[in-house]
Amino acid sequence: MQKRNTLKLIAAAVVMACAGSAFAQATVKIANIVELSGAGATSGTNFKNGVELAVKEINAAGGILGKKIETTTADTQSNPGVAKGLTQKAVDEDVFAIFGPVYSGSIMVSMAESRRAEIPNFTGGEAAAITQQGNPYIFRTAFGQAQSFPKIGRYISDVAKIRNLAVLYVNNDFGKGGLDNIKKALANTGTKIVSEISTDSGQVDFSAAVLKAKQSGADALFSYSNEEESARILRELKKQGWNKPVIGETTLTGQKVIELAGDAANGAVGHVGLTVDAPNPEILKFKAKFYQEYKYIPDHNGLKGFSGVYVLKAAIEKVGKFDRKAVAQALHGLVISAKKNPGVLMDVAIDQNGDLDRESYLVEVKNGKQEVTTILPPVNPGLFAAAAPAPAAKPAAKK
Amino acid sequence: MKKFSLIAWVIAAAILLAAPPFLKNYGIYLLSYWMVFIIATMGLNLTVGYAGQKSLGHAAFFGIGAYVVALMMKAGFSFWLGLPAAALICFVVGIILGFPALRVQTIYLAFATLGFNTAIWLVMRNEEWLTGGTYGINNIARPSFFGYSLEGNLAYYYLVLAATVVMGLLLLGLLRSPWGKAFTALRDNPIRAESLGINTRSYTLLSFAIGAAYAGIAGGLLASLVQFIEPAPFAVGSSIMMYLMVVVGGPGYFLGPVLGAAVGVILPEWLRFAQAWYLFVFGSAVVLLMIWLPDGLLSIPDRIRAKRLAREASAARAASAMGAKA
Amino acid sequence: MTDFLQLLFSGLATGAIYGLAALGFTLLWQASGTINFAQGEFVMLPAFMMLAFMSFGAPLVASFVLSVGLAVLVLGWMFKRGIVDPLFKHGMMPIVVATIGLSIAMRSLIRAGYSAEASPFPSMFSDQLYNIAGVTITLADIGTFVLALALVFATQAFMTKTVTGRAMQAVAQNTESASVLGINVPRMIFYAFAINAVLAVAAALLVTPTYLAKFDMGESLGNKAFFAAIIGGFNNSRGALLGGLIVGVCENLAAAYISPAYKDAVALVIFMVVILFKPQGLLGKKEERKV
Repeated sequence: MQKRNTLKLIAAAVVMACAGSAFAQATVKIANIVELSGAGATSGTNFKNGVELAVKEINAAGGILGKKIETTTADTQSNPGVAKGLTQKAVDEDVFAIFGPVYSGSIMVSMAESRRAEIPNFTGGEAAAITQQGNPYIFRTAFGQAQSFPKIGRYISDVAKIRNLAVLYVNNDFGKGGLDNIKKALANTGTKIVSEISTDSGQVDFSAAVLKAKQSGADALFSYSNEEESARILRELKKQGWNKPVIGETTLTGQKVIELAGDAANGAVGHVGLTVDAPNPEILKFKAKFYQEYKYIPDHNGLKGFSGVYVLKAAIEKVGKFDRKAVAQALHGLVISAKKNPGVLMDVAIDQNGDLDRESYLVEVKNGKQEVTTILPPVNPGLFAAAAPAPAAKPAAKK
Repeated sequence: MKKFSLIAWVIAAAILLAAPPFLKNYGIYLLSYWMVFIIATMGLNLTVGYAGQKSLGHAAFFGIGAYVVALMMKAGFSFWLGLPAAALICFVVGIILGFPALRVQTIYLAFATLGFNTAIWLVMRNEEWLTGGTYGINNIARPSFFGYSLEGNLAYYYLVLAATVVMGLLLLGLLRSPWGKAFTALRDNPIRAESLGINTRSYTLLSFAIGAAYAGIAGGLLASLVQFIEPAPFAVGSSIMMYLMVVVGGPGYFLGPVLGAAVGVILPEWLRFAQAWYLFVFGSAVVLLMIWLPDGLLSIPDRIRAKRLAREASAARAASAMGAKA
Repeated sequence: MTDFLQLLFSGLATGAIYGLAALGFTLLWQASGTINFAQGEFVMLPAFMMLAFMSFGAPLVASFVLSVGLAVLVLGWMFKRGIVDPLFKHGMMPIVVATIGLSIAMRSLIRAGYSAEASPFPSMFSDQLYNIAGVTITLADIGTFVLALALVFATQAFMTKTVTGRAMQAVAQNTESASVLGINVPRMIFYAFAINAVLAVAAALLVTPTYLAKFDMGESLGNKAFFAAIIGGFNNSRGALLGGLIVGVCENLAAAYISPAYKDAVALVIFMVVILFKPQGLLGKKEERKV
């Protein structure tokens, strides 16, 4: 009697499982959890627009493995606690992947949830600490500070030959990570950091901060803050007649900053991992598409969101099925060529921690636009060569 | 009337106890969040609604409670030690805040509490060695109860629910006691109260202190609920929202905080798709509420009753006038 | 020393703007007992009004004038008739709460209706620098300070030298006697609201180029205005300006010499000290409380 009941139970379970998979969605869900208000509104909105543009394109071309992508968007209000709650909600809704938040402070907190649920989480955050938590489900869409800062450090000490540098940073995860990394990058070089000026997120009045920079006797200022604050800093520098170099990383020379700062942005130099003005045909195509869709020029966050979706697509196609764990594993060590996957815009390699490696640019703001002055190669060019197709014949493997 | 409210209570209890297991993580999280805010605004209701003080700094106590519990748990102390510690510390700080209240009146008091809130928030944000600054404190654990872990969202929800009920009953007891009457006397006519021998000084201080203790306990529960705290939710903006929650619910009505917290916490979540417009509607609703219902939403039944009584009274007068004429 | 002077001058410019906002705040309080918690948003909204007019092609000056007109209508007349008048009889707190609600509504209106991001705003001053004895002062700072000062003194002169102004003062001091004397009390009160609107638009014109037009630009400005008004003296117009200047200068000095992180605490500390020891403000007169 017992055996029969057990058999019935197993049969019922099997039927339910089949029924369950028969109801499998015809769409794959992605959650877009971004800053649409608060200090990070600029970053989050651009990121979201990039993601949605990519999704639209992919769906028009038939989706991923035949399934269309469905996105839901939620506003974190630039608040880590809210981001955490929204990530929990996305986990409840059984999404395949999560995009966002962009702000480093928020992703540091919310990724515990996506990690627990084993859902791949793509972020626009750049703080170095993000990929140092041992989280196998976090993936960047832009350089981490640990990759980008050595490059700008080299520019400051070797190319611009700055002897004394003042560093102005914003007092949050992003800014403090930047301060630590610029110190590390300039540690054994001829450049000395003569002043570390702390500023706040959302700060409006930078007169005292700029004055401190002037007082420090530095030859140049390294300014590392978020978008709106960077614009205000540039204006204040101009207002107080600062005529020495202003150098930054990613944010300082962004589109929105240029728009907000106007003339004050001219002359600013920065290292950017992504720029819509790169001499790269795919990126220029993206810029045109984005402008057509949203009627404004995107900043680097738009590029992050857009390319991130295509990275996910490439990984899913490599694995061949919608298995979150397998996709996450496939992403580690994946090298994606832009020729085969134009959506990723540039060849990109993802390492075991979720960090990216690809080429980047030094830009200078001239006449209200970013102008690329130098193209910098990836840190490990060998990775990209190895991904190229191997020659046809191969000698027998040695054992 | 009595029977109706008893049935209503039973239904409410049934829903609060039995429904959550059917909700997903986020729903349980939201309910717990609501309960935490009910406790915090109950305290504010005492200070503002019953005792008539103008406190715009409540979020500071909320934050102090949260940080005390978080720091103590990080230092290895049990949650069950942290919570009473938070309540005690907030009680003391509340008394300290009460002192300026004795010297300044109404709007100046409001600004003073606002200033106090900003000062506390600045300390939370800047003193990184103590509070973790803008990074906040992450990975706060959830407590266990006699060996039974409250790690799960559902289990923790029941803890928060229990806490809310206990704090509510305590407050009810306080308000029904002569102390409660003293508080309302303080609100309605402080000079007369003083002339009747009520020690307005102590009651003022006490109203701040007890309100603060409630916020402290709520903050402690919040720390383990969200498992991450940072200074932002404890700034002046939150104090103002909590004040509005009390006002919207109905200051001086016992269940005002329940309604107010629902409007302030649950509705915005439910209406998340219209997030920014929700706040616009909320702000406008507050303005309209002040014009038409200055005593809050819970004053609606009272108003209806008052209107009805007034109508009956004038009808009775008209009838007796007619009768007299005849 | 030059640094100190530099900080002093830029602090005076910022403080002058606080003073403008504080002055409007004080006027409303004196004229109608209204504590306007939405004062910061009253500066934010005109900034967007001007942006709107400019997007239709109007030059800055014309946008300013048009915005003044619009602000007097919305922030002056509509505010008074719609919110203050009905709540006047209920006392002070309902008005305070209503203005809190109003500030939230205004902020969210711009955020949802326009944009959550910041927008640039043209400055009426060109980027000129003057170097006087080693101290660099910008044209913008001088211009802001002079203009704000001019407005405050103009308002002061209006209040004390003209008949309307004196009538307004009479209403503020003793409403009943004023109406007995034949003064049109509601109209006088309206004038106070109108002046507040004008001052707010002026403040917006001066401050938005630096702050950038964003829906939350009014928050910190409003807070500083309250503290400045109380520090200077809630029932005195010159006090509002003095309070603003003190806050502006001390903030800058504290940011440079003490700690940038505690900049916001400066206004607070001065405020607390003033409240506890001279609650009527530095230039205010003691108010008696009737029993």
